[in-house]
Amino acid sequence: MKATTQDAATPLRGKRIVVAKPGLDGHDIGAKVIALALRDAGAEVIYTGLRKTPEHIARVAVDEGVDAVGLSILSGSHRELVAQVVQALKALDAGDIKVFVGGTIPADDVAALESLGVRGIYTSEQPLQEVVEKLARELG
Amino acid sequence: MNAPESPLVAPQLTQTSPSGIDVPVRVGADAVDPSRIGAPGEFPFTRGIFPDGYRGRLWTIRQYSGFGTAEESNERYRFLLDQGQTGLSVALDLPTQCGYDPIDPMARPEIGKVGVSLSNLSEAEILFKGIDLAAISTSFTINGTAAIVYAMYLAVADKLGVPRAKLTGTIQNDILKEYVARGTWIFPVRPSMRLIADTILFSNDATPRFNPISIAGAHVRDAGATAAEEMAYTLANGLAYVDDLKRRGGDIEKFAKRLSFFFYVHMDFFDEVAKLRAGRRLWARLMKERYAVADPKAQHFRFGVVCGGSSLVAAQPYNNIVRVAVETMAAVMGGAQSIFTCAFDEAFQIPTEFSAEIAVRTQQMIAYESGIARTVDPLGGSYFVEQHTDRMEASIEGIMREIDEYGGVVKAIEDGWLQARLAERALERKMRIDTGETVIVGQNHFRREDQKNEVGEVFRLDPNAANRVLEKYQRIRDTRDAAAVAKNLARLGKAAADERENLMPYLIDCCHAYATVGEMVATLKEQWGEFQEPVGL
Repeated sequence: MKATTQDAATPLRGKRIVVAKPGLDGHDIGAKVIALALRDAGAEVIYTGLRKTPEHIARVAVDEGVDAVGLSILSGSHRELVAQVVQALKALDAGDIKVFVGGTIPADDVAALESLGVRGIYTSEQPLQEVVEKLARELG
Repeated sequence: MNAPESPLVAPQLTQTSPSGIDVPVRVGADAVDPSRIGAPGEFPFTRGIFPDGYRGRLWTIRQYSGFGTAEESNERYRFLLDQGQTGLSVALDLPTQCGYDPIDPMARPEIGKVGVSLSNLSEAEILFKGIDLAAISTSFTINGTAAIVYAMYLAVADKLGVPRAKLTGTIQNDILKEYVARGTWIFPVRPSMRLIADTILFSNDATPRFNPISIAGAHVRDAGATAAEEMAYTLANGLAYVDDLKRRGGDIEKFAKRLSFFFYVHMDFFDEVAKLRAGRRLWARLMKERYAVADPKAQHFRFGVVCGGSSLVAAQPYNNIVRVAVETMAAVMGGAQSIFTCAFDEAFQIPTEFSAEIAVRTQQMIAYESGIARTVDPLGGSYFVEQHTDRMEASIEGIMREIDEYGGVVKAIEDGWLQARLAERALERKMRIDTGETVIVGQNHFRREDQKNEVGEVFRLDPNAANRVLEKYQRIRDTRDAAAVAKNLARLGKAAADERENLMPYLIDCCHAYATVGEMVATLKEQWGEFQEPVGL
């Protein structure tokens, strides 16, 4: 990644982000690529590993004091699982932690996820730099 | 990491293949060493395992399919068989793959999503209704619960009066790559290896025409590995299974005949052809030289191929039809025994009947219109293809040596070394796409801002499918003989604690008693625990 200044190269410096795999989907390479890219952009990344319950993910997010949770879902269960994670965060009084989603998300489902409060939806075709920049803007 | 300056400027052709192999502009006759090649059907099988190629027998056209309930999937299977498909390939949902019953809270959101829900024998009876199991071959993409699904297939054949010895088909049953990519592991590595050896040793006697394992590179490939790495990891895993089977007292001349393999084919035509030819030659050499295998059939490298996967993109999705056609040609020139062509919309939804039919027709056009299947290994002897095959083979061997030097593939997986390496490779691949160095037409090059990316028809899962699965599940729990279930599960648990036992007969008994996948997995977890995933990046 070429950049002119340190800040431009690491726009996520100081941010803490959980990258999580809720549900049973085992396709984790997208989550890992995002985790590496966010780390390279300066963020502290906590990757949960596979098959985590929404409650577990919310608990990790709160315990680690993160700014954002990124959920990676490729199994088609994103509507159910995202709703459950958002609910679990609220149950822990952590509704202010921002939720982002990546994976195989049909265009028709974007509005439904946004109405749950999701702040950004990313698919595999989006350039990583764009993902990082958008995230940096969202997290201020 | 900037996007290509103008998406319509033609990129330069590179001198290196995606597997990192140098590709000269011109290759002369001096590049070919005929003694390394051999004849079709003869050691070292560079040119294929059969002397008559596809003239004797065409590859099996086998489309991966399954979703929602057993009833809906049964209907789709009959549709595909009516279209001239010659084998079934069963897609199972994640609860079935990971060993959870539909009623489990982890399972609920995933019921019937990426495949059919198959929680117990009564569902298998519905899934195969009206399909002659003695006449078609059935392939199951199943790993963590492969032994259980295989047991269920035997149980349903028993019920239908089909002799077990007549069954043909494949269970993927390759747990090692699940730890690296795809992720449907359940138990720790060692007991998982035992379960695999149990299925292979049992199958060699009970279902001698069945492939009890399909050692798969496909998933690491789709996750980021190059063609050379895909083949290297797969062969390394294959050798780990061979060593384990020998340790268990298996006769390599016998079990090696039923080992099969499985790969993705992506878009770089000659990397793919060379990968398949080099892998076939290397495996035969390993069998003969390292293990002194004498029977040529036990040196055969038989494999299926998927065309598509992560090489398919959402941008201008109809372009994917052409990608799949090119990839299918590479699979045929590489000598595949069975081919699954992805539908053009498969990268982002369950295919519709429309897209699924085009995928089948693609194979039929290549088989019966193009003429490329007439002559065995039509690229054999090409200066470039033989040179690229040699270089590919050297590259594969180099990667296998690195794994050996680390301490073997099992250690590399348990430590998370291979997983971390793959993640790094995936990041590199993604960066090359982002910068435009790797060309994806319609996505990072040759795209228009106003281009159409709609897929046309959208597949919708029946939203009530999960409820129907749950109702059926409750009904079987209420009506089955609970004492028989408990007795058989207890016997299974006892056998699992004793390494000398083969678990297959116990699992088949459990299936006949309508024990569920979740119950059998829970019983085995009590004995073996669960895999602890290394999550370091």
